Amino acid sequence: MKDASFLPAIHRVIDQVGTVILGKHDQVRLAIACLLARGHLLIEDVPGVGKTTLAHAIAKSLGLDFHRVQFTSDLLPNDILGVSVFDMNARTFTFHPGPIFTRMILADEINRATPKTQSALLEAMEEQQVTIEGETRRLPEPFFVIATQNPSHQIGTFELPESQLDRFLMRIRLGYPDADAERALLAGAERRTMIDDLPACMDVAGLLALQSQVRSVFVAPALIDYVQALLAHTRRAAHLTSGLSPRAGLALLNGARAWALIDGRNHVEPEDVQAILPSVAGHRLHGQALGATVPGQELAERLLAEVAVP
Amino acid sequence: MAALAARPWLREALWGLLIVPLLAAPLFAGAPRALLVAGSALAFWRAFAISRRSLRARQHDAVLPLSLHSGWMLLASLAVVLVPHSTRLPAWLTLLVVLFIGWRIAVMRRRLQPPPRALLVAMVSAASGGVFLQYGTLFGREPGVALLAIMIALKLLELKSRRDAIVLVFLAYFLVITNFLYSQTLPTALLMLLAVWLVTSTMIGFHQRQPAFRQTASLAGQLLVQAIPLMVVLFLFFPRLPGPLWGLPRDGGQNVTGLSDSMSPGSFGQLSASADVAFRVEFSGPVPRTAELYWRGPVFWTFDGRLWTVGSSASPGPTVAPLVRPISEPVAYTVTLEPHFERWLLALDMPTAVPPEARAGVDFVLLANAPVRTRVRYEGRAALDYRVNENETEANLRRALQLPAGLNPRSVALAAELRASGLEPEQIVDRVLSRFRDEPFFYTTNPPPLASEHTVDQFLFETRRGFCEHYASAFTVLMRAAGLPARVVTGYQGGVVNPVGNYLVVRQAEAHAWSEVWLAGRGWVRIDPTAAVSPLRVESGIAASISIDDPLPMLVRGSLPMLSRAGFAVDAVANAWNQWVLSYNTQRQQQFLRNLGLDSTDWKSLSVLLLAGAAAATLLGALLALRGLLPGRRDPAVLAWERLCRKLARAGLERSPSEGPHAFASRVAAARPDLAPAVLAIADAYVQIRYRPADPGRPAAALADELRRRIRRLKT
Repeated sequence: MKDASFLPAIHRVIDQVGTVILGKHDQVRLAIACLLARGHLLIEDVPGVGKTTLAHAIAKSLGLDFHRVQFTSDLLPNDILGVSVFDMNARTFTFHPGPIFTRMILADEINRATPKTQSALLEAMEEQQVTIEGETRRLPEPFFVIATQNPSHQIGTFELPESQLDRFLMRIRLGYPDADAERALLAGAERRTMIDDLPACMDVAGLLALQSQVRSVFVAPALIDYVQALLAHTRRAAHLTSGLSPRAGLALLNGARAWALIDGRNHVEPEDVQAILPSVAGHRLHGQALGATVPGQELAERLLAEVAVP
Repeated sequence: MAALAARPWLREALWGLLIVPLLAAPLFAGAPRALLVAGSALAFWRAFAISRRSLRARQHDAVLPLSLHSGWMLLASLAVVLVPHSTRLPAWLTLLVVLFIGWRIAVMRRRLQPPPRALLVAMVSAASGGVFLQYGTLFGREPGVALLAIMIALKLLELKSRRDAIVLVFLAYFLVITNFLYSQTLPTALLMLLAVWLVTSTMIGFHQRQPAFRQTASLAGQLLVQAIPLMVVLFLFFPRLPGPLWGLPRDGGQNVTGLSDSMSPGSFGQLSASADVAFRVEFSGPVPRTAELYWRGPVFWTFDGRLWTVGSSASPGPTVAPLVRPISEPVAYTVTLEPHFERWLLALDMPTAVPPEARAGVDFVLLANAPVRTRVRYEGRAALDYRVNENETEANLRRALQLPAGLNPRSVALAAELRASGLEPEQIVDRVLSRFRDEPFFYTTNPPPLASEHTVDQFLFETRRGFCEHYASAFTVLMRAAGLPARVVTGYQGGVVNPVGNYLVVRQAEAHAWSEVWLAGRGWVRIDPTAAVSPLRVESGIAASISIDDPLPMLVRGSLPMLSRAGFAVDAVANAWNQWVLSYNTQRQQQFLRNLGLDSTDWKSLSVLLLAGAAAATLLGALLALRGLLPGRRDPAVLAWERLCRKLARAGLERSPSEGPHAFASRVAAARPDLAPAVLAIADAYVQIRYRPADPGRPAAALADELRRRIRRLKT
């Protein structure tokens, strides 16, 4: 396998993040897979379970420059994108780039900002570029957004609409740590200092190489059939109010490729799809049963159980 | 076997090779029926297996609430099946049905509440009581349909679940059938086809999450198209009953216009107002001139002064061998006779052949063995120029001379005068005809009534206005009085060629009466006294000869060219429908089967044939319709893997359908460490074939063989 040299590095990243976020091996791995598949990540959970810490640790371990923006209701698009200021001395406008001009940005509590500000960020995610004052500026490569969202419906939050949720390749939940992990966490060092001490396990070039390697992971016709059967099932199933889009299908495939690559394989197996599907499809599926809304995660698991592996 | 398993198409084709000869067995005489039954059973089994496989491929939960769209569709389909009945149901019932449907619509639009249960029960009993009061019974065609209609409307009011809606859908299908109890014309059939299509798409809509009319309608259309082979088989082989399937005794006959078994002054004038088709004729050669088209019906021998009747000994007596000597080449034709509930079959003068299941009377009237209750089709041959019964029996000649004593003295006197003048019989005929021609006689459908007991005298010497029966009757009486044996022949004269279908249509308005006189040396000679009064009647048809003031159906008169052209087209379509669909009766079915080479056509062999045909059609339909769903060639690796799964399932380790190969292998390995190495290796090999890029060094076929070997060697 060519460029195999970067694979151990990515495992070191996963292990290293695992030392900071304890007991969340799968979530860390999913987050890394999402980034390798060039997707953006949404972390949804209650405050204080380590969302920010996870993002920070990943950025640090991957050796990426990192900005954190705390979203609030009075945050304006220019606070993220940057602004031109008139320079008295040079008698010209000079552009002061905002926090978005970085390789990894953590959009903390994205649902607290107004839709206008949210969409400024989401456009940048989609286009990999921003247009400020009529001028288009490219964002660096790779460009990742990790957004966190507080699921509790507080006053003054703006929930992301479905179309914008679709821009996130994966949505993961951290959840509370288990007893052992929590004990270790409480006994351990302060997380902020730990992160500051984390060494970078790989560089940008290695990351880009891995990303292009993800794209070349082989997908057999049988696997395409499986993914298609999953998509088709969501469109037919009576308990789902809307099916998965073709974009979701591509996300599924790319996520599975990244997952397979992390596993050291150059081909995708049905188990890869099954491993990432709850994260990829969870925020895209909406369904009802007995009149009550069913969490996307449950719908995704039911979907996996209902569709046969061809 | 593996090669077959990998190619379901090949497998089904081999099944077909086995099944088709079994189904074709009846084509060979002496083949045991059991072969056919076995073939049918096999075919149905294959069709079922194919469908089940495809159904499994697309099963999903279909338990859905009834949508508003489905409700509207249901109303629309019920409306289409109920509308034709609305004219036949009593007005109060139609009104109630409309009212209940309106109530349902109001419920659907949330304007009204559905009725409480107690009210529904009350309405059901009231409606049943009303139907009973109306008809005096709850059984039979009319009360049955009435009850069905009102119950459907009431069921609409308690429509709650999908189950109620499905009950309604099946009732709607049944209503489609009931419409055919009243009318079997092409428009009815087309309307009911539309209804079936609509009802089917309604039913499909019940099973869809968000039914869209276009989608359900196209699916229903596909279903109907797929049903065509089965429909054709049922049509061709379903045993036919001699007579209409639902022909209740009191439904028949009383309202049919047409010739009758007696003739009195005025009886034909009524017929001239009817545009109903009496029969249609296809000639195998060119259509003869209108003046030659005399269609022979009942012949009347006995006259009581007003009424002409067939007479006592005409039909049952010993049949004198028909003695028709054709002079011209006989003309061949085929008649499709509308049911008239009498026995005679109309034939072109003079018939030289008798259709099967009919016989000829002494006067060459063709009589069917049973009254014509359904449309019949028969072939005929006729000599347009002929000599007939040149040697007539004394008895018949005597019958043809009988006259009621003491009636019509002036006519008798006139005849005696002719007779006394020493004229030859031909000259007497000419003299009488010229009297009609030269004196002020008028031809009209609307003559003054003949109230006198001496009807012939009154007509000949007073009114002198009459229709064909007046002339035929008067002429025949004069001939008899003059000593010439004569009789009245009724039937039809003329007909209109339909240029669209190239056949002749004869309508009731073309009913006619004429005379036959027996002349020594020439036999019975047709004399049409009407032709003397109104030559146009015979040469150009009734429409040309009747004054514009006299009533005559628009269709017969043909005064509007546009209308008549459209009329021709409509009649041609109706005729084709009659010929090809409705008149496919027992005889034509037997003819068809004989053409297939099948001799025994009793209902038992028909049932077996029906079974075989339906089996073949179902198998064919299943193969064709599900061709896209059958995997053309299944991957041998998958088949091998499925074999492993079956093997492990027998050992208690069942793979869930959604379990990936490695996940399953790991679970098996954990549960049965003894199998772990083999099963993990098999999973690896399977994944290698299915999910890894092809390895040019190891072709897939070789890998599949190896996989199969490993699986075969696995001992659970």
